[in-house]
Amino acid sequence: MKSVVLKYDGSFPGFLTCVFNAYEQKLEIAEIIPEGEDQKQLFSETLEVITEDFKVQRVLKSLKKKLSSNGFTRLYYSFLSEIPGIELKMYDMIRYVYSSQEKAELDYSHPSVLDISKAAKQVGREKHRMEAFIRFRLTKDDLYFAVIEPDFNVLPVITKHFKSRYADQRWLIYDLKRKLGVHYDLQKAEYVSMELPEDIGISGGNPDYFAEGEIYFQHLWKDYFDSTNIKSRVNMRLHIQHVPKRYWKYLSEKSPFA
Amino acid sequence: MDFDRIKEKLNILADAAKYDVSCSSSGSKRTNTKKGLGDSSGMGICHSYTQDGRCVSLLKILLTNYCIFDCAYCVTRKSNDIKRAAFKVQEVVDLTISFYRRNYIEGLFLSSGIFKSPDHTMERLIRVAKKLREEENFNGYIHLKSIPGASDELMREAGLYADRLSVNIEIPTKSGLKLLAPEKKHEDFMKPMEKVKNEIIQYKSESKLIKSTPKYAPAGQSTQMIVGATGESDRDIMYSSAFFYKNYNMKRVYYSGYVPISNDPRLPALGTQVPMMRENRLYQTDWLMRFYGYDVRELLNNDFQHLEMDIDPKLSYALRNRHLFPVDINKVDKQLLLRVPGIGLKSVNKILQARKFRKLNWEHLKKIGISMNRAKYFITCDAREKELKDVSSENLKQLIIQNSFSKYRKEFTQQLSLF
Ligand code: SF4
Repeated sequence: MKSVVLKYDGSFPGFLTCVFNAYEQKLEIAEIIPEGEDQKQLFSETLEVITEDFKVQRVLKSLKKKLSSNGFTRLYYSFLSEIPGIELKMYDMIRYVYSSQEKAELDYSHPSVLDISKAAKQVGREKHRMEAFIRFRLTKDDLYFAVIEPDFNVLPVITKHFKSRYADQRWLIYDLKRKLGVHYDLQKAEYVSMELPEDIGISGGNPDYFAEGEIYFQHLWKDYFDSTNIKSRVNMRLHIQHVPKRYWKYLSEKSPFA
Repeated sequence: MDFDRIKEKLNILADAAKYDVSCSSSGSKRTNTKKGLGDSSGMGICHSYTQDGRCVSLLKILLTNYCIFDCAYCVTRKSNDIKRAAFKVQEVVDLTISFYRRNYIEGLFLSSGIFKSPDHTMERLIRVAKKLREEENFNGYIHLKSIPGASDELMREAGLYADRLSVNIEIPTKSGLKLLAPEKKHEDFMKPMEKVKNEIIQYKSESKLIKSTPKYAPAGQSTQMIVGATGESDRDIMYSSAFFYKNYNMKRVYYSGYVPISNDPRLPALGTQVPMMRENRLYQTDWLMRFYGYDVRELLNNDFQHLEMDIDPKLSYALRNRHLFPVDINKVDKQLLLRVPGIGLKSVNKILQARKFRKLNWEHLKKIGISMNRAKYFITCDAREKELKDVSSENLKQLIIQNSFSKYRKEFTQQLSLF
C-alpha cells in the first residue's frame, strides 16, 4: 500500500481527526503535518484532513478507555511540544496501545512510548516554569498583566492553575511567540488576540500603562531577592541550572530595569 | 505605603531571616474557597532561586530582629552590633498580598527575634496570619515559626491559621545547645513540637468524624539543624533527625551548613568554609531514609560515624555491602532495586513497569536513563554475565569516581537531583 501524508489544521482536535481517518480508511501514514509546514516525503500523496467534531469525540472516548488519565495527559502534553514529527510518534504510540492487551502506555522499552514520555516531560517542565516565572504587573485599569514566550505551547495547560490561584483579580497572560493570550475577567478565562504596544516591556515598562506603585513593588522584590543571598554559599553554576538564562528577562529580580 | 521605610525594613529583616533554609510550600491542600485569593493545593513552586541555588518560594522575613536572647550561632543575638528594625502587623500583611498577587511568592514564612517574651512574640506572629486568613481571604501558604517557650494555648491557635509550624532545634546535641545557647532549655524546643504534634493528631481524628473540622497546620511541622557548629558527627545529626521524624511526625528536617557570623571562640572562626558538601551528603542520607527504605542505622552507626564526602551515601552503602550485589535487573525485588547505585526512584518505577513486557537489556536500561557508569557494577541483565566479585570495594570506588567526575560535580547541589 502507498503511504500518505496527512495535513491538518494544527489543533489537537485536528490531530484526533487524523487518527480517526487513518483507522477508518486503513491508511499507511508517512507523515502528519500541520498546515503551513512542508512535507518531507516527496512522492507521497497528501490528504487534507478537516477537523470534525464527531470524529474527535469518538477518538477521545476510545483513547480515554485505552489510556490512564496520566497516559492521556502525556499524549496531550507531547502534542503541545510542537516538536516537528511528534504527531507521527503520537500516532505510532496510539497504534501500539491499541494493538496491545496490557497497559502498553507504560512500556518504556517501546521507542514511541519513550519519546512521547520525554516530550511530555519537557512540556510539563515548561508548564511548571511558567507557573513559577510569570510576573504580573498591575496596570492602570486594575489588570494583572504578564507576557511570556514559552518554548512550548503551554498556555492551554497553565490557565487552570492561574484561575484557581487568582480567582479574585483580573489577569491577562500573553504569549508573544504565538500571539495569543488568556484573559480572566473574574468569571471565566478566554483566549484573546491583540496588538501590544512596544514599550509595555517585559518587566519595568512605560509607567503610563501601570498602576502607581507598580514599579516600587518590582524594586522591593528585587531588593528582597538580593538580600536572600548568602555570599559564602554562592554557586552560579547551580543557579543557572535552576533558572536558565533565557528566562531571566521575565524575572524582574534579575533584570536591571531603570 | 511608605516605600522607602518598607524597603529599609525589608532589607534588614529579610537579611536576618535568610539563614533559615526551609523554603517548602507544599503539602498544604488548602484550596481557594469562595473566590478568594490564592490556592495552596498543588505542589509548592519555586518562583526563583538564590545565587547559591536555594529555592525562593516564600517571602521569608522576621517580624523583628530585636531579641532578648543571646544565642551564639545567631546573627540576631542581643550582643551583636547590628541595625534593628520591626515590621508592623499590617505592613507584613500588605507586603505579602502585593507580592502574592504578582506571582512572586507562594506565601509567607514569618519568624521573629524574641521581644519582651516568647508569648508576646508568638501572639504577634499569629495576628499576622489571622489577618491574612480572615481579612484578606488569603489561601496562600503560611509558615509560622513556633517561638521556643510559647504557651500551648498560643501554639494551638497558631495552627489554625498556619499551614506549617516549625521550631528550629538548630543544635543537634544537648551538650552543644548548653554551650551555645545557655539561656535556652532543651524542653523549650520540645514542648511546642509536642503540642503541635498532638493537635495535628487530634484534628485529624476529628476531621474523620466531622467534615467541617477546621484545618490544623495541614503541612505539618519541620525543624532545622545547623551543621558544623559544634563538632557533632554525621551520626549524631542523622540520629537526631530520625528521632524527630519518628517522635514528632516531622514533615521535613533541614540541614544548614554553619555560616560563620562571629568571632566567638566557641564557634568556627570567620572565614571558615561553609560545609556545603557535607550538608548535601546529609540531605542525601535523609532522602535514603525517607524514600528509599533505609534504616538510619544501616547508613550510619558506631563503626561508621561520618559520611564519605567523595561519594554519595547510597554508593557508600553498596560498597560496604558487596554481598548484596550484583542483582539481576529482571528479577530483583523493588526493595533491593532501590539500593542499586545509579538508579533513582523514577527509574526504579520505569524498570518495574517495563520488565513486565520484556526482558530488559543494557540498551533498555540506558534509554530509561539510569546512570550506567555506577549501576553497571551492581547489576546484571542476565544471570550468565560475568561478575565483578573480585574487585575490591576500594578499587571499585576509585573506578567509579574516575569515570563519573562530571556527574559527581553536578551532584554538588543542595537538595534535589540525588543519585
Ligand atoms: S532567641 Fe532566636 S532570634 Fe534570639 S538570638 Fe536566639 S536564635 Fe536568635
